[in-house]
Amino acid sequence: MTSLTLVRRIRARPQIVFDAVTTAEGIAQWWGPDAGPVLLSESDPRVGGRYRVRFRMLGSTEHESSGEFLEIRRPERVVLSWRWKGGLEDPGESRIEITLRAVPEGTELTLTHSRLHDEETRSSHEKGWTGSLDKLEAHFAAGALA
Amino acid sequence: MRIILSHVVNYQERLTRTFAALVDPTRRAILARLERKDGVSISELAEPFAIKLPAVMKHLDVLDGAGLVTRSKSGRTVTVRLRSQPMREAVAWLRRYEHFWSGSLDRLAAYAASQETQARNRGR
Repeated sequence: MTSLTLVRRIRARPQIVFDAVTTAEGIAQWWGPDAGPVLLSESDPRVGGRYRVRFRMLGSTEHESSGEFLEIRRPERVVLSWRWKGGLEDPGESRIEITLRAVPEGTELTLTHSRLHDEETRSSHEKGWTGSLDKLEAHFAAGALA
Repeated sequence: MRIILSHVVNYQERLTRTFAALVDPTRRAILARLERKDGVSISELAEPFAIKLPAVMKHLDVLDGAGLVTRSKSGRTVTVRLRSQPMREAVAWLRRYEHFWSGSLDRLAAYAASQETQARNRGR
């Protein structure tokens, strides 16, 4: 199963980071890969509650993702499902897990985005697909063929 | 808009073909060989594999269909070369989420730090 994990140290206490991650006001401030604006942010941060975010990238393309809060424990852990609207970019549902740990300078945030290729796994009808994808990713991440 | 949509669909089809081609270990081994030495004849390419030439030809058809290799004929020799564009697209696809989260978390860190400063200034 292909997944992605990132760790960041943030100069803010876990409660503040947690609220920035889960509330609509917070999400509107940071969601999206570049300085493009968040156009819509809705969030109901409780188990079973939903969120929806639409953002515009600097290249002017708009994207919307939404999902459900699967687990929520302030201020240390939140698990979300994720799906792109329209499904053209990635038709499956993936999972985001964020854990927050208090450290002397503030918070250590660990984000894991997993189940990135469920749809392809189902549709490929071939065993070992995700395993080979992982190997492939490791192989080509080294810059081969670049 | 129709043009953009069709571009997206073609992109998806290309990705599907690329990943389908890469599922097979023999095909990955063929690509790895071409990566070390590009522009080899089919018989030379087939030599280290414990399969017959027609089977190698079939694998090359799949790789060719995905745009991962090109074949050119000169006299009686067919030369196989690597094409890296579909692979670059596949890797870029895999890295989209990394790009998304890396940028988002940078912004989150800056925002939360400013919220922390504000909270402290309010004496909390």
